[in-house]
Amino acid sequence: MKLHDLTVAEAARMLAAREVSSRELTQAALDRIAAVDGRIHAFLTVTAEQALAAADAADRRIAAGEVTPLTGIPMALKDVLCTRGVPTTCGSRMLERFVPPYSATVVRRLHEAGAVAVGKTNMDEFAMGSSTENSAYGPTHNPWDPERVPGGSSGGSAVATAAGEGLFSLGSDTGGSIRQPAALCGITGLKPTYGRVSRFGLVAFASSLDQIGPFTRDVRDAALVMNAIAGHDPLDSTSAAVPVPDYATALTGDIRGLRFGVPKEYMIEGMEPGVRAALLESVAALEDLGATVRWDISLPSTEAALGVYYIIAPCEASANLARYDGVKYGYSNQTGASMWENMELTRQHGFGDEVKRRIMIGTYALSAGYYDAYYNKALQVRTLIRREFDAAFEQVDLIVTPTSPGVAFKLGEKTADPVAMYLNDVFTLPVNIAGLPGVSVPGGMSEGLPVGLQFIGRPFDEPTLLRAADAYQRATSWHTLRPPL
Amino acid sequence: MSQPATAYEVVIGLEVHAQVATASKMFCPCPATYAGAAPNTHVCPICLGMPGVLPVMNRDAVEKTLLFALALGCTIPHDSKFDRKNYPYPDLMKGYQISQYDMPFSVNGHLDVDLPDGTVKRVGVTRVHLEEDTAMLRHESGAGGERYSVVDVNRAGSPLMEIVSEPDMRSPEEARRYLEMLREILRYTGVSRANMEEGNFRCDANISLRRFGAPQYGTKVEIKNMNSFRSVQMALEYEVRRQSEMLDRGEQITQETRGWLEAERRTVSQRSKEQAHDYRYFPEPDLPPVRPAAAWIEQLRVTVPELPQTKRHRFVEQYGLSAYDANLLSTPRARAEFFEQTIAIAGAARAKQVSNWLLGDIARLQNAHGQEFEHITIAPAQVAELIDLVERRVLNSTTAKAVLERIYTSGGSPTAAASDLGLVSAPAAGLDALLATVIAANPRAVTDFRGGKANAVQALVGAVMRETRGTADAAQVRELLLEKLARD
Repeated sequence: MKLHDLTVAEAARMLAAREVSSRELTQAALDRIAAVDGRIHAFLTVTAEQALAAADAADRRIAAGEVTPLTGIPMALKDVLCTRGVPTTCGSRMLERFVPPYSATVVRRLHEAGAVAVGKTNMDEFAMGSSTENSAYGPTHNPWDPERVPGGSSGGSAVATAAGEGLFSLGSDTGGSIRQPAALCGITGLKPTYGRVSRFGLVAFASSLDQIGPFTRDVRDAALVMNAIAGHDPLDSTSAAVPVPDYATALTGDIRGLRFGVPKEYMIEGMEPGVRAALLESVAALEDLGATVRWDISLPSTEAALGVYYIIAPCEASANLARYDGVKYGYSNQTGASMWENMELTRQHGFGDEVKRRIMIGTYALSAGYYDAYYNKALQVRTLIRREFDAAFEQVDLIVTPTSPGVAFKLGEKTADPVAMYLNDVFTLPVNIAGLPGVSVPGGMSEGLPVGLQFIGRPFDEPTLLRAADAYQRATSWHTLRPPL
Repeated sequence: MSQPATAYEVVIGLEVHAQVATASKMFCPCPATYAGAAPNTHVCPICLGMPGVLPVMNRDAVEKTLLFALALGCTIPHDSKFDRKNYPYPDLMKGYQISQYDMPFSVNGHLDVDLPDGTVKRVGVTRVHLEEDTAMLRHESGAGGERYSVVDVNRAGSPLMEIVSEPDMRSPEEARRYLEMLREILRYTGVSRANMEEGNFRCDANISLRRFGAPQYGTKVEIKNMNSFRSVQMALEYEVRRQSEMLDRGEQITQETRGWLEAERRTVSQRSKEQAHDYRYFPEPDLPPVRPAAAWIEQLRVTVPELPQTKRHRFVEQYGLSAYDANLLSTPRARAEFFEQTIAIAGAARAKQVSNWLLGDIARLQNAHGQEFEHITIAPAQVAELIDLVERRVLNSTTAKAVLERIYTSGGSPTAAASDLGLVSAPAAGLDALLATVIAANPRAVTDFRGGKANAVQALVGAVMRETRGTADAAQVRELLLEKLARD
């Protein structure tokens, strides 16, 4: 097996056994980037020099016996995570030359654990999109078929891990931005419970929905990364003071008696036949493992989730993105006749179409006279959606669904139709609305492309969620497939 | 209170912004005090509004706001939250201000305003809420006359309390009185320095006029840019004139925001109702709702100090002070406390003497030294001792002043200071012999006195005072002389 194809757990074992050094692993990831990234464009910034220095530091740590399971492991970071001294663009022209003087809490924690960042990955501008086509720096391509999108908005991070340009990566998920690209690229992607992982240093899209999580080759690796990044952060008042269990020890492989449910409302017309087949086959696999699966649980407001999401997220975004005015940092257009004109020109040229669309939707929905009809109504339905999940979790322990109604689509196929693009996330965004943990794992292949299977758990019950997904992976081999690059 | 010569009733409501005196800013660890600091030195990524940063609530600011709200008799709702107030301006780092919209920390308070005619006017306080201050803009001109603005972010993110009154004031003078009393309570509770000139106490006024007896309020006008209590009163008086003249002419008042031009002593239109911002408030998703625990509120409630107004009334009743003296003594809080600490030692029977010293010679020295009462260099025990020495006639009013000046600048006990200065009175027993000597040495004065010239005794008093180098108590000497002359 090639070094760039290892899982984190395998690499950690080899590092501990001195079978490989962090420098070798890191160099392998950098070589892989050099070899394939021209075709897939996962990275916006590659920090080779810093990575090799960090790898050497990790090797010294390993020699001294001060190791964590992530010490010396090369990783990639979505370019929405602030990295001290390293450009953080959010895929936007607006932050083209922005270099933060601080690191996100997750970046700091991974750095302290000894993980080695090889670079920053491409994304839909400000995390708004489902295909990574909305990046100001050009799209990322799916390693299974470069004609196709990798999903989004964390497409770069998904592709980096899928293509071996790092052994894991971090993304952010506001409506499915980790799980959907994980599904489309055939890897594991976890969106933790809202509040489980600090958002400090994550450039905000929709603050009440955003959550950081890992892309990995399997569920065990996701548990290892979670052990490093989860937990309360005094810098994030929305991070929960809930104790952090050892996620890796939760992976017992035993799901006998665990109760699964497939919501009726998720069996929609628009689901591709290959996706439906993969779901049926996966459910059978769970039953073989001793779990029970029922098909009659109901989340009646599922249909309203898309509408709720496309009000709440743009409303929050319209405020979160107000700070980009060209005065303090980032792109600044000074060709106008006045400060106000410069501000308008900066935003006109600094933001892409999708970002502008959402700022306008949010500004409109919050305006006097519309607030009650849109934002307030959306909050009410949000509460309803939460309660429906609560009710479902009285009947079952976990919900299982496809991650996305279809497999990776062609570049340009949906860019002209925002609503068709938004429909990619119908199965993932209710999870953000309810603040629940969700994980996507490879659950089959259709037309030569990966299909994602999504598990949804109770708040802060990542241990059960990961135990189920891990047990599924022990019984299947979809996660071991690698793209033909 | 005298009504202006007009057919209209004046209706005024005030919005006061007071900076909360905390060590750090509202949502980040930067120091909240910036007076004298070089521009943009008290800043961090959080108050600069950089990408990806998050606010963390300053508990002290919340606590002080609650304390102040309790002092105004406000109700503290079980649920409150922060909201985002959206508007673009270069002094607003994030493009929105974290404030409180529909669920403030406190509602339904009041302030009893003492009016100059001795009556008390209760002004309703709609709400007291907490928000963050903005940066400061300075408008400058370059060498070539080009105009530009610079931003100083030091102030951005400082905790700012907004105190909104009901439209209960009926004259500019009442408005000014309300502000004075509000400032007094802000300082008393230690919640704010409340200094309008320093900019940590700001006021906007809403004013409308209506015919007396009219059921509806008239159209209101908001006035901004007033930087002293005096300018608030002047601006309101100007508006009363402007609006009543318009109404007299049968014109409609326009709902608008007007700015006070101090130099020109008039207000000018800044913004019409149509140009008003739509702030698009929505709940701040980065901060959880605030639910102050009942126990916390009760703990704070007992720490609300006795307010100056209550104190004044108590001083009159308990110590028999005049309303005038009680008023002066009650503020600042440090002086009121000094007063009662001194009484605790000297006894309530000496309240008048304590008051006289505090408002007389001590106030004079304090002014001469340019000191705030908080930093006064004399202690209640020293004043009590001084009063005791005078009472026992060891010192007279003149020598006591000399002793006060000595201990004010050099410290120490008044007894020691009096001795150092050689000002200790001859004991009364020794005086007797001295009086006999003086009577014997001044037969002329004695004869005059006995001949009916009552004033002639003054010559004898003067002689005794000379002999004692002024340390004797002149009144006592006079008394003893009269006794002696009557006996002999």
